[in-house]
Amino acid sequence: MSLSRRSFIKRSAVASVAAAVGMGMSKELSAAPSVAENDWRWDKSVCRFCGTGCGIMVATRNDRIVAVKGDPAAPVNRGLNCIKGYFNAKIMYGEDRLKTPLMRVDAEGNFDKNGKFKPISWKKAFDEMELQIKKSMKELGPTGIGIFGSGQYTVQEGYAAVKLMKAGFRSNNIDPNARHCMASAVAGFIQTYGIDEPAGCYDDIELTDTVISWGANMSEMHPILWSRVTDRKLNDPDNVKIVNLTTFTNRTSDLADTEIVFRPQTDLAIWNYLAHEIVYNHPEAIDWDFVKNHTVFATGHADIGYGMRNSDHPSFTDKERETVKAQESKVLSKAEGTSLAYLGFKEGDTMEMKNAKAAGKHWIIGFEDFKKGLEPYTLDYVAEISKGDEDESIEDFKAKLQLLADLYVEKKRKVVSFWTMGMNQHTRGTWVNEQSYMVHFLLGKQAKPGDGAFSLTGQPSACGTAREVGTFSHRLPADMVVKNPKHRAISEKIWKLPEGTLNPKVGSHVMKIHRDVEDGKIKFVWVQVNNPYQNTANANHWIKSARKQDNFIVVSDGYPGVSAKVADLVLPTAMIYEKWGAYGNAERRTQHWRQQVTPVGDSMPDVWQIVELSKRFTIRDVWGEQHIPGMDKPLPDVTTKISEFGYNPSTTLYDVLFANDEAKGFAWPDPIGAGFGNTEAEGDKRKVVGSDDKTFEGYGFFIQKYLWEEYRRFGEGHAHDYADFDTYHKVRGLKWPVVDGKETQWRFNAKYDPYAKKAGTGDFAFYGKALKNLPQGSLTGVDGEKEKIDLSNKAKIFFRPYMDAPEVPDKEYPFWLSTGRVLEHWHSGTMTMRVPELYRAVPEALCYMHPKDAEKNGYKQGDLVWVESRRGKVKAHVETRGRNRTPKGLVYVPWFDEKVLINKVCLDATCPISKQTDFKKCAVKVYKV
Amino acid sequence: MSKEEDKMATRRKALTDLVKGAGYLALGGLTWGGYVKEAKATEFALRPPGALPEKDFVKACIKCGLCVEHCPYDTLLLSEHGDKKVIGTPYFDARTIPCYMCVDIPCVPVCPTGALDVTLLTSIDEETQEEKLDINKSKMGVAVVDPDNCVAFWGIQCDACYRACPLLDEAISLVYEKNERTGKHAFLKPEVHREVCTGCGLCEHACITEEASIIVLPHEIVTGKVGDHYIKGWDKNDENRLRKEKELEKIGDDMKSTLDYLNSTDDLLDEE
Amino acid sequence: MKNSKYLILRRLVQLGLLALFIGGNVYGWKVLEGNYSTALVFESFHLSDPYAVLQMLATFYMPLSEVIIGALILFFFYALIGGRAFCSWVCPINIITDTAAYIQRKYKIKPLMKTREVNRNLRYYVLGLGLVLSSIFGIAAFELINPITVLHRALIFGIGFSSSIVLIVFLFDLLILEHGYCGHICPVGALYAATGRFRAIKVYHDKDNCTLCMKCKIVCPEPQVLGLIGKETAKIKTAECTNCARCIDVCDDDALKFKL
Repeated sequence: MSLSRRSFIKRSAVASVAAAVGMGMSKELSAAPSVAENDWRWDKSVCRFCGTGCGIMVATRNDRIVAVKGDPAAPVNRGLNCIKGYFNAKIMYGEDRLKTPLMRVDAEGNFDKNGKFKPISWKKAFDEMELQIKKSMKELGPTGIGIFGSGQYTVQEGYAAVKLMKAGFRSNNIDPNARHCMASAVAGFIQTYGIDEPAGCYDDIELTDTVISWGANMSEMHPILWSRVTDRKLNDPDNVKIVNLTTFTNRTSDLADTEIVFRPQTDLAIWNYLAHEIVYNHPEAIDWDFVKNHTVFATGHADIGYGMRNSDHPSFTDKERETVKAQESKVLSKAEGTSLAYLGFKEGDTMEMKNAKAAGKHWIIGFEDFKKGLEPYTLDYVAEISKGDEDESIEDFKAKLQLLADLYVEKKRKVVSFWTMGMNQHTRGTWVNEQSYMVHFLLGKQAKPGDGAFSLTGQPSACGTAREVGTFSHRLPADMVVKNPKHRAISEKIWKLPEGTLNPKVGSHVMKIHRDVEDGKIKFVWVQVNNPYQNTANANHWIKSARKQDNFIVVSDGYPGVSAKVADLVLPTAMIYEKWGAYGNAERRTQHWRQQVTPVGDSMPDVWQIVELSKRFTIRDVWGEQHIPGMDKPLPDVTTKISEFGYNPSTTLYDVLFANDEAKGFAWPDPIGAGFGNTEAEGDKRKVVGSDDKTFEGYGFFIQKYLWEEYRRFGEGHAHDYADFDTYHKVRGLKWPVVDGKETQWRFNAKYDPYAKKAGTGDFAFYGKALKNLPQGSLTGVDGEKEKIDLSNKAKIFFRPYMDAPEVPDKEYPFWLSTGRVLEHWHSGTMTMRVPELYRAVPEALCYMHPKDAEKNGYKQGDLVWVESRRGKVKAHVETRGRNRTPKGLVYVPWFDEKVLINKVCLDATCPISKQTDFKKCAVKVYKV
Repeated sequence: MSKEEDKMATRRKALTDLVKGAGYLALGGLTWGGYVKEAKATEFALRPPGALPEKDFVKACIKCGLCVEHCPYDTLLLSEHGDKKVIGTPYFDARTIPCYMCVDIPCVPVCPTGALDVTLLTSIDEETQEEKLDINKSKMGVAVVDPDNCVAFWGIQCDACYRACPLLDEAISLVYEKNERTGKHAFLKPEVHREVCTGCGLCEHACITEEASIIVLPHEIVTGKVGDHYIKGWDKNDENRLRKEKELEKIGDDMKSTLDYLNSTDDLLDEE
Repeated sequence: MKNSKYLILRRLVQLGLLALFIGGNVYGWKVLEGNYSTALVFESFHLSDPYAVLQMLATFYMPLSEVIIGALILFFFYALIGGRAFCSWVCPINIITDTAAYIQRKYKIKPLMKTREVNRNLRYYVLGLGLVLSSIFGIAAFELINPITVLHRALIFGIGFSSSIVLIVFLFDLLILEHGYCGHICPVGALYAATGRFRAIKVYHDKDNCTLCMKCKIVCPEPQVLGLIGKETAKIKTAECTNCARCIDVCDDDALKFKL
């Protein structure tokens, strides 16, 4: 026994060292020469990593980044950073930075899906992309191509990508990794407010009395915000209360006064318990003025499935089908028998998922219906189904729930509820987001300083780019959607497109792009600032279909990762400080930075790559009649209308979208960029041979500024106002809407938000425009008799029931699997695993589990185990101590480590409304290797 | 030559041989002894779990390397010349490979001499009341934080050491402190609890500064010793610290120095 | 060449044991783990070098019974059966010193001192001195320089500077003192030499077959034990004989053989 253990551990140690060597860590910085500080140039920028949005200062010398410091003037972090931020200076200089385009080729140097990667020229790369896109579009139409975009795009990159895809190629198949991260929060915002993104801001932390963390391990995932929470607690330790609701003990529990470990998925029940407590036992706590004047009650369908494909899909194994059949129907559990009784169900009944296609539909109900829906969520019921630690007594657990309710209800107490992936990565993610607003609205504790439900973002520009720019398959900039003809018309006007150019059919979201590739419906995929083959659940399917089927996968990246390995063409891409850009953080703060250094090797910015591709397509290629699957009528031929715009059929998309007359009006050089380079505008000292085999000399105009200035016109006057480009280079970011040069701290609150004031509906106005014309009905459905109601300036209080996760542990797969991050590493680790210090700190992903579970199954701390689900398996070492302490029956595996590709194991079930995958729950077995 | 002289010569030769032999012995002994003394005068070494105190450990270790062989993580090394440890003895360098604190402690029970003492790592299982190996009792060293270079003391949210600690919240905990400069953040500073710290070095390994800002040192080096003449008045148990051991010292008797002192008045009188 | 049966057998045993040790460390074989100071056999019992344990006792450290028993097993095995068989059949340094002797003979290299010029009893003084120094300094004094374990460590954990001591032994034997290390200095062998008088296995000399060719004396690392050659028919009593059987190998006349 000890022999095998020994050799395994030894071998894996060697393997990980080898992998580390292969990853080529950066050495150069450690040997940095000592130079006088006055040789350095300092400039403000923003941290590359999470959604907190810390400001940093970057020092460059001889065109290299030599140091960073936290920006003392940045309001978010006041000069501090977490350790990822601490290493910003090192992330771009790993030894294995991609420096030249690489393609799988045969002996003659032609593309060969089964060939080996060889360096090629930029021209050859674009030749092949052009060929492959044209081939796919010819066969499949505009939906035959797709882009995996990103919440880590700069604003301009996301905007350029959307413009090329939606306006140029007329394809809505662009969707960001933010789908995995924030989609449920978005759907929650849109359904509740009619407009995206949080009402409050980080200042709430300093102003509140209570921080309730729901499925957000803030101490590791938002360390700087957590240090602000800690400071708040220190300021008033007796009064300020911190509660950590989580499915396992994590570091956020350290500071917490109360830790509530709940069974996965039962956050739905706990929110309803809180509402039940308010409505039934503390009606005096309801802020009726607020509720009556500014909200309505609403609900939607429950039988909406779990965002999976139907079980008859040929690619499923029988094992997978055991779970996937829940998409069509589900036998209700005891807990669901109670929670869904209002629909006439009882335990053991089969619920047909009849409304899977109408998951987002909702309607107005009355307060009495709302109250009736909440009826089952008594303390006894909720405690029984939600207690997550079998070793905790039910009485203790009840006392904690009671205490939680007391904190919310207490009249004068200000409460902030923070959440991240626990509530967003959830097969009922939209619901549980809405439930948080439900409780805060009932109490009138929303959109006020120190009071509010606050969705924290994961990625640095999930808000700023993915959401605000709208790099989603259904969106256009500034919260507009492709489905809405008015929104298309506005966009077509700004983009100077003939009417009818934009495709009204919602495109494929991230999961669906993968599924479409597997189904042969998409044959060209471009991955930008994303690692979809590591970060998507049920990865075996997607990796296999990308590698084995007839398609063409392009990956733009700074470093080789899993996705690059899967790709056919890899494009070396400039990283954050090698280009001009802007990010928008979780509190709506937009922050811009300048290009600090010349990119490494022949790598080029994403904007350049997008723009260069646009040169390869003429109006004739893309704007003729196009068939879109699922649409009765084809997209019209708009080439007939182009002359009024001054285009002709041979005009390239480059001239239409990026190098039009307006764009050329943004001159480069520009005083704001004095002393700084701009690779896109003027080329750079490397004299990179570009997409036409000639030295790239630059576009000659300030393209990033053009993209920003055009982009901000979408939101201007629509509560999405930004300041002009130059302003952002003078300030430490501004929280939109920026009206008359002033940022907005609390939206929807007439005291702080000019738009709310303008609405004239009293203290508050939830002025978002989306989904504001609703039918009426009861808990069971729409009443066709009653007319639709206009909900301008009102928000909705949703009733949403408790439902089980589609896959729960059973005899064969007895453990819950939850996945997530660690403080030391960012996402898939492509950057942070190359920082030697961070690699050494956390070199591999471990399988955190309860020591008794390990003991019971015959393994222990440090043993190598298989973690296996119905979909796949990975090897990981057992950790029974350390930062995450799971209750019995649950294991936690972080996903940053490509050697422990845990997404092969995860289930690709999504919230049917938001299409966001639930990475936090599936059933696995764990056994010794 | 007479028989007498012969005898004398033989005796003299025997004597000379004896002296010569003693000389050889002294030569060898002093050279070898000098080497031994030098070889023992080493830098500190972090020993495997359950190691006897260093003084006893170097006596007891037979340098067989069995502990090293049984370490599944290649943590343990046998010292070489130049390692500045007693040659042939096991040690580890936490920054390179720390002790991963195996629950079955494979390195210790194999020690044939007791230099690694199982009894130091044995505790009573609360459930079964049976003796069991308990790696958490090991005292390989003590982690010490360098507050000048630990970035947590700058306000950076790091605490990589804390999260790497297998006895997190027991051996290392976080001290919260307001950051008056920013006015809205807090310091989360790591603090080591010596009585719990095992010296495994996982913290030192994880430390993200260029040279580790939390390092493990042997107990002898970092542990002071209070005098045995004072007891904490506020701590009832502190008396036990001394009760058992206290032996009465002999009162000194040095009349001469008393008299010498009293009689030397020269430096009291300033010269006129 | 002449018969090398025992030489080959000895080398096989020496290298085989070394291979088992290395296999134990590198591949986790469970036959022999540890080294020549203490080895764990089949994960069930230890064998320990009695001199190493004596030094430990000299430091006033009382080790666990495992090593005491292990040392007693070896002590009695060699004292009652094998004599100094450790030196010639087990010890890897023997290969080094034998090689030095072989090169001396083959290339007629004259070392500074012939083996008989230096008192063979020196090793017993070293033995004693080792114990005294262990006692004085509280550490097993000889184990700090023991080339046997140094060589072993060098083979397993990589060639470090301490392995130079092995080269020192080789050059010492080759250039300074013939049969120098094993014959005059090594206290490990000395202990077996001092206690192996009653060993069961001894070399037996048949005077009647002897042609007085003296090949045996040329190859013998401890030639003083062969005083009986051509003189009497008997077993070699003195335990300074390492039972290496080189003499048996080289004897063309069937005058030497092992006898119980």
